[in-house]
Formats: sequence, C-alpha cells, structure tokens
Amino acid sequence: MQCQICNKSEATIHLTEIADGVRTEMHICEHCAAEQGIAVKSQMPINELLSSLLASQPSDEQMLGAMDKELSCPQCGFTLEQFRKEAVLGCGYDYELFEKSLLPLIEKAHNGQTSHCGKIPSKTPTDTKKQIELLNLRQQLDSAVQAEDYELAAKLRDKIMKRGK
Amino acid sequence: MKLTDISSDINEWFDGSGPLADIVISSRIRLARNLAGYKFLIRCSVAEKSEILKKLKSVLMSLELGDKIFYISVDKAAALDKHFLVERHLISRHHAFGKGPRGVVIAQRESFTAMINEEDHLRIQVLKAGCQLSGCLEQINRIDDMIEQKLDYAFSPRYGYLTACPTNLGTGIRVSVMLHLPALKMIGQIGKFFKATRDMNLAVRGLFGEGTEAAGDFYQLSNQVTLGILEADIVRQFENTIIPEIVEYENAARNQLLASQIDVLDDKISRAMALLKNAQLISSQEALFLLSHLRLGINMHEHLGATTPAIERLYTLVGPADDAERSGGLSITTINRLFMLTLPAHLQLNYGRPLDTTHRDALRAKIIRSALNS
Repeated sequence: MQCQICNKSEATIHLTEIADGVRTEMHICEHCAAEQGIAVKSQMPINELLSSLLASQPSDEQMLGAMDKELSCPQCGFTLEQFRKEAVLGCGYDYELFEKSLLPLIEKAHNGQTSHCGKIPSKTPTDTKKQIELLNLRQQLDSAVQAEDYELAAKLRDKIMKRGK
Repeated sequence: MKLTDISSDINEWFDGSGPLADIVISSRIRLARNLAGYKFLIRCSVAEKSEILKKLKSVLMSLELGDKIFYISVDKAAALDKHFLVERHLISRHHAFGKGPRGVVIAQRESFTAMINEEDHLRIQVLKAGCQLSGCLEQINRIDDMIEQKLDYAFSPRYGYLTACPTNLGTGIRVSVMLHLPALKMIGQIGKFFKATRDMNLAVRGLFGEGTEAAGDFYQLSNQVTLGILEADIVRQFENTIIPEIVEYENAARNQLLASQIDVLDDKISRAMALLKNAQLISSQEALFLLSHLRLGINMHEHLGATTPAIERLYTLVGPADDAERSGGLSITTINRLFMLTLPAHLQLNYGRPLDTTHRDALRAKIIRSALNS
C-alpha cells in the first residue's frame, strides 16, 4: 500500500481515528508521518518489544493472586485479603481453597516442610492412617540418615518396605 | 473453687523441683486443636462460640483428670482475676483480653489447663517443674487421646491438625522451657544465648512481665516449626541438643563468675539483699531483678559450692515461718514464692481488693522485708 500523502513511499503507519462516531483510516509513510508531527519510533529493539509485551500480560503469580483475591470461601466467606489483615484463617477448608497462595507462607514458616508427619487422630480411616504412617516413617528415615544412625535407618527402611507392600 | 484458694502459694511447676531446676525452671507443652464441622473462631458468631464452649467444657469436665478440676468463665471474670490467670501462666494474655464466650479448665494442681475459644477452639497445656518435656508429652498425649474419643478434631491427611494460624499447622505443638539465665546476663554474654536460639530457629520471650522483656533473667524458649516433624523429635531436640547447650552456656558463665569474678557476684548479692531487706517501696520489675541475684547465689552455693560473705549471710536467714525448709536458711522455694506472690495481680488478690501502684509497691516491699528479716 502506498502513502496516502506523498503517493510515493510504502505506507507503514496505519492510523484509525474515530471522531463524532465517524471512523477514518490513514495509511502513511514514516517520512510523512514525521512531517505531520506523528512521532513514530522507527525500530523497536526486540528485547524492548518483548518486555513491553510481557509487562502487559500478568504473570502466573499475579494471575493467581488476582484470582484468589476475588475468591471467597463458600463455607466461611473468608477472603485472602482478610487473611492478610487478620493472620488467621476462617475455616479448615481455606487451606485447600487458598492452597497455592498459602503454600509459600507455610513452607517459610515450617523450615521448608509442607506436609504433616506426627500424631494422627485414632478415628482416622485405616487407609489414610496407613498413608500418613508411611509418610512419618520416611520422615524418620531422613532424620536417621541425617544423624548418621544407619542401624535405625536400616530398620526404618525395612518397615517402609513391609508397609508399602 | 475460688482463685484465692490457689493465689496464696506458688504452683507446682514453680516449686524449684525437677531435673536441672537450677536453670530449667519448668517445661511446658501445648497442643492447638479445632473441632471438625465448625468454622475457626474469627468467623464464628457469638452463638456458635457458645456452642463450641459448651461442647468442649462438657467433654473436658467429664474427663478423669483428678478430683480438683475447675472451670473459669474468662469472659465473665473480673479484670483482676484475668490478670491473675495470666501471671500464673494458666491462660494467655490473648485469651484474657479477647472477645466472646470463652473459658479455661484447670486441673491436676494447675499442671493441666485447657483454654477454650482462644485463637483456636481448644488449646491444652501441661506444665511440669524442671526439665521434664518427655513427661509433659506423654501426659498431654494421653489427655488429647481422651478428648479425641469424645469428639472429632479438624484434621487433614496433608496438613495434619488444622489451626486458625498456619504457623501452628500440623502437630499444633508448642514445646517450651522456662530458663533462668542470670550469670550469662551478668558476664555480658546473653547475646550468645540469643544467637544460639536464632541459629536453632527458636522463639524467645520473657517469662514474667509483658512482651519480650525478660524480667528477672527468666526466658521462655519455644519451637517455631510445627509441620513436617514428629512431636517426639521436637522434644528430643530440646532434650538432647537445645537444653544441654544452653545449660552449658549458663554453667560456664557461673563457673567464670566463680573463678574470676567472685567479687562481682558477692557485690550483686549484697546489693540485692540490702535493697530487698530495707526498701519501703519496690516495683515488680525491681523485685524480679533483685530476687534473681539471690536465686543465683543460692543455686551457685548448692550446685557449685560457691561461698562469698553475701552468700553466707543468705544462709544465716531463718526464712519465713511458713517455709518448710526454714532451718537451712533462705531456700529456692522461698525465693520462687516471693517471685510469684509479689506479682501485681497476686498481691491484690491476696490483699482482697485492687490497689494503686504506690500501695502495691509498699505491700510488695513489706512482704519481701518480712520474708528476709524474719
């Protein structure tokens, strides 16, 4: 397409203007655009282009934050914003609902740990109990290896193998 | 049972007995629990809080926890009673001055308490004199099992016991020891203790007084990690690593005082005695500070054989008439009793009515003078 002003050069700038509900289009070359006072950067470095594109797109974390921010617990009505203010949660389900946002905090508070090992209520269904007990044994095995107590570690490994069957 | 039935004496965990009691005053374990099927307290209506309170109170009062089990309705308690319960370590400050229906069950001569509707629906604690964390864990697990037979706790296979604050998640356990570290402070090495606690990811705060201020050189040391670690492993870490290390620091400081700074020790004890025996007005902070030096003197004499003119004078005192160990001079029990009974709420409750600061300071000075001059 040729420039609508000079009718010589290739039109590389395409302007659309809507004034009083009337839409007008203009296709002009860079030279004429400069003469008309329309500032156009002739070349945008690729890295600048990419970063400007990325900046306009929210990151995963921002998206998650935005998503969680709007979330309200169906059981207790709590929001993440309220948690930030109060530092306590509204109900047990919040741990599941806001899991992705809470996980970094849980990890930080508990020395990198993110799953329970330890006491289990005696009423817990047998299958769940078995799974947690296996987790506990693996945890104990890690501690034994770290403490270089290989005798205990071997015993624990045997127990894990037996239970895992 | 009335609070005045217990306010005239120290509680069992502060009686100066138990292993390593010259440095480790007491051991404490608490568990945080919530009921399944209820929201956490921040989202509960007053009616829901009342329902939780009623349910937990009835379960706890039905447990076989010995004959002296009693319940105090914290939301209805007088301000002075609340202060007393906090001073006595039976409830937290948060529980005393919180909102809504809430209470505390006290049993086994104050070694067991259960706060209902604190930050979580239920917080149970066991306290024992000296270094007895394994005993605390055994006892609290037994009581926790008994409670759990009668109701359902909020529990997730992934996260364990669900707590209102994610910092208590998992085991919901807080393991604490109360320590008396006057020598480290005296030789200017208390920073060593703080550094060790930071390295071991532990929380430190004062045992008496408000906030983190450690009046009378008493510190409370607690674990911070509650998730992904076995309860027994936390206790083991305290018993095998943390406590021995801190006790070693304090003992090294006491030995240093003995070997090269005996005059400093003698001076501190002499000054403390002179002030405590003669002061007409004494604040709670000053009393804790000075009594701490007497406690150090007696412990250094009994455990390290330290003898200075000031320590010898401590042993010429006959002690108050109600001290069972009066024949042996001033005892740790007497000192501990003075620590606790001269705290502001204890003073007022035993006096029978609220007193302003000046009257409290006068009464405190009088009680101490009479204990040390008798």
